[in-house]
Amino acid sequence: MVKGNSRAVDMMIYVFLAFIAFLSMAPVLNTLAISFSGKIAAMSGEVYFWPVDFNLNAYKSVISDRGFFVSFGVSIKRVLLGGAINFVITILMAYPLSKSGKFFPGRNIYMWFIVFCMLFSGGLIPWYMTIYTFGMLDTIWALVLPTAVPVFNVILLMNFFKGIPKELEDAANIDGAGPWKTLILIFVPVSTPALATVTLFSIVGHWNSFFDGMILMQHKENWPLQTYIQQLIISVNSIMNTTDPEEIKRLSNMSSQLLNAAKVMVSMVPIMLIYPFLQKYFVSGIVLGAVKE
Amino acid sequence: MRSRSFVWNYHVMLLPGILLLIAFSVIPMFGIAIAFQDFQPTLGIFHSEWVGWDNFSYMFSLPDSKLIFVNTLTIALMKIAAGLIVPFVFALLLHEVYHVKFKRTIQTIVYLPHFMSWVILSGVLVNLLSLDGLINQMIKWFGGDPIMFLQSNSWFRAIIVSSDVWKEFGFSTIIYIAALTSINTNLYEAAAIDGATRFQRLRHITVPSLMTTIILLATLALGNVLNAGFEQILNLYNPIVYQTGDIIDTYVYRAGLLEIQYGLATAVGLLKSLVSFLLITISYVLAARFANYRIF
Repeated sequence: MVKGNSRAVDMMIYVFLAFIAFLSMAPVLNTLAISFSGKIAAMSGEVYFWPVDFNLNAYKSVISDRGFFVSFGVSIKRVLLGGAINFVITILMAYPLSKSGKFFPGRNIYMWFIVFCMLFSGGLIPWYMTIYTFGMLDTIWALVLPTAVPVFNVILLMNFFKGIPKELEDAANIDGAGPWKTLILIFVPVSTPALATVTLFSIVGHWNSFFDGMILMQHKENWPLQTYIQQLIISVNSIMNTTDPEEIKRLSNMSSQLLNAAKVMVSMVPIMLIYPFLQKYFVSGIVLGAVKE
Repeated sequence: MRSRSFVWNYHVMLLPGILLLIAFSVIPMFGIAIAFQDFQPTLGIFHSEWVGWDNFSYMFSLPDSKLIFVNTLTIALMKIAAGLIVPFVFALLLHEVYHVKFKRTIQTIVYLPHFMSWVILSGVLVNLLSLDGLINQMIKWFGGDPIMFLQSNSWFRAIIVSSDVWKEFGFSTIIYIAALTSINTNLYEAAAIDGATRFQRLRHITVPSLMTTIILLATLALGNVLNAGFEQILNLYNPIVYQTGDIIDTYVYRAGLLEIQYGLATAVGLLKSLVSFLLITISYVLAARFANYRIF
């Protein structure tokens, strides 16, 4: 690579990029600082990026909040069960679809069917009615089965499988391995980056979704964490149909800014924990999965 | 012979996924019938009264219809434009960085918001934009009057678009960076030997090599002109800003699940599904024809 010919321009670019990176973290840092601050300081807006009157009271209240932990548990359960289902389904679908129509007649029909399901939907109400009719409301299955087929991930892994040398599969077949053995013993082990990518996408997806929990779970104790937080924090904002500043102040105090900041922070922890792994794989995974036919 | 048993196994592998798609994608498609019924949950889809196009004509008679359509289109188009330009510029700047560690640190930070849910980011935004929040503290510090951003129709769309940029711009640069790394470095060296300035290299090598990518992304974005961001808006809006922020998806949610007008909500949703499907299909056909782009 040719070196830039002016240090000044370099400097400006570096400073600008660092500033943008800081800006994109600033809102989160502000919330983090508030969550560790004293109540009065937080409410009067004295907190910027460093806690004022440092204390752990908000986190102590989160720990004693039973509803928070029940929802945390629902989310963990959902991620484990939903992630496992996504993993198996994605592998099982991606492998046959990575075969050409010549070796697998019907492959293209399946492909069109899957793409059609991805692009067209009956809309929210029929979807809700279907799950209601299946009697799945208020069960964990409502959170993991409708999202069981992550079509985008299937396509990504399928494209990765297509790039695996044919000789590898031929050799396995000559040694007597059928499709199942070939898939499990050859394809899965050599696809670690792509599998890590799709798995992390599905974990993040399950952890982050709140809307299905909100409409499909009628009892509080079945809410996943994001739904719980949505109901407690965000809905206070939406019921603020008043422009009276005093009234708004009263409402936002009621929602206890401090406690909410702490809850938001705690719910970020799992994502932050898997983020290093995400980082490592997703760039290569996406680029590899996007190769053209 | 062996290949025939292989094919049979392929069908078996696909079976669970196909069954799940039938249960949760195809069966709901038949629920479209609700759009043509005066649907009563107690009677179900088979016994509710058929009303023909009544739900659709009612929909077009509502003054809200035009509003939500305009809001959806405006917000979505602003997001598409910002979502194409900001990552493009950011990728160009990042490409000028030779310090690998610095580059990677910046990338790590700006990708992060993409992995946070709208619930979490809205929690953060509500905090930030509140009357005592950081932004209003800064406005006061500069001598201005505090603004109730999330209760203001003149600010709401700007907040929606800019917070969407905040969440996605970093992650969206990945695709540009992938295109940039495939540029042959010989081009830069040859240009440098010929005496091209840094800006000339940017203008004549880097930018043209990204043109295919940006045209492709713009084409694929066509499928999103009716997607203004349901989860984001649901978490940030309130009745005061319905006028500028209520979109098709939030309307369907309220009309259908909160006000129990199933027929109307299904009709609105169906219309959106159909138009979106048409637009996505067109965009894929265009992308395949002109950029030779096929993902499946």
